[in-house]
Amino acid sequence: MVKVEFLGPIQIDKKEFDVKSVRELKDELYKIPELEDWLISCAIAVNDKIINTLDTPLKDGDKVVLLPPVCGG
Amino acid sequence: MDNLEIYKGGVPVMDVLNRWYEEFKLEGYGAMIPFIGIVRPDNEIEGLSFDLYLPLLSEWFKKWQNLPDVKITMAHSFGDVMVGETSFLCGIFTKHRREGFKYLEEFVEDFKANAPIWKYDLKNGKRIFASDRAKELPQAGILKKG
Repeated sequence: MVKVEFLGPIQIDKKEFDVKSVRELKDELYKIPELEDWLISCAIAVNDKIINTLDTPLKDGDKVVLLPPVCGG
Repeated sequence: MDNLEIYKGGVPVMDVLNRWYEEFKLEGYGAMIPFIGIVRPDNEIEGLSFDLYLPLLSEWFKKWQNLPDVKITMAHSFGDVMVGETSFLCGIFTKHRREGFKYLEEFVEDFKANAPIWKYDLKNGKRIFASDRAKELPQAGILKKG
């Protein structure tokens, strides 16, 4: 299972998904209604590296985080 | 990471600046430029609140370490920081002031664009995401439909 964490203001608890790529994960995430408004503005990190392609493979135990728009300082 | 410090609540500004100054004053830097980010009383807020994601914050901050001509130190808060307190502090150490000011501007701009930190207004006892001030990360949009 792939563990997914929703950071910052996204008020959703961690979830686990049985997926093999970020592309497959994307499809699963769009099934969560509370997430819909966030998904287009998020960046994604796999095992704490931000990724640039949906073709990024995922394997059992990987950690994915969704990063919504930021504002530090 | 030694030069990145995280505090619950406001950063103890003078203690931290004093420690940085004492630590680096004999390392050949002729300029120490501090930036102190103070929480303003805008829009009748009582304060700000922050979430941060430390693994990626540390990773981002690494880019600014081990540069040949500058040392950069930084402190940031998580949780609640009230008006008049400080949530972000950095110190830029360079040989001369000019490159220090340049680095300060570049560093803070990069911080604003890329540091994985989320800000909330504290107003009437509520914690409200500051969506009007938040910016998408450069790598955002990968999950667009289609």
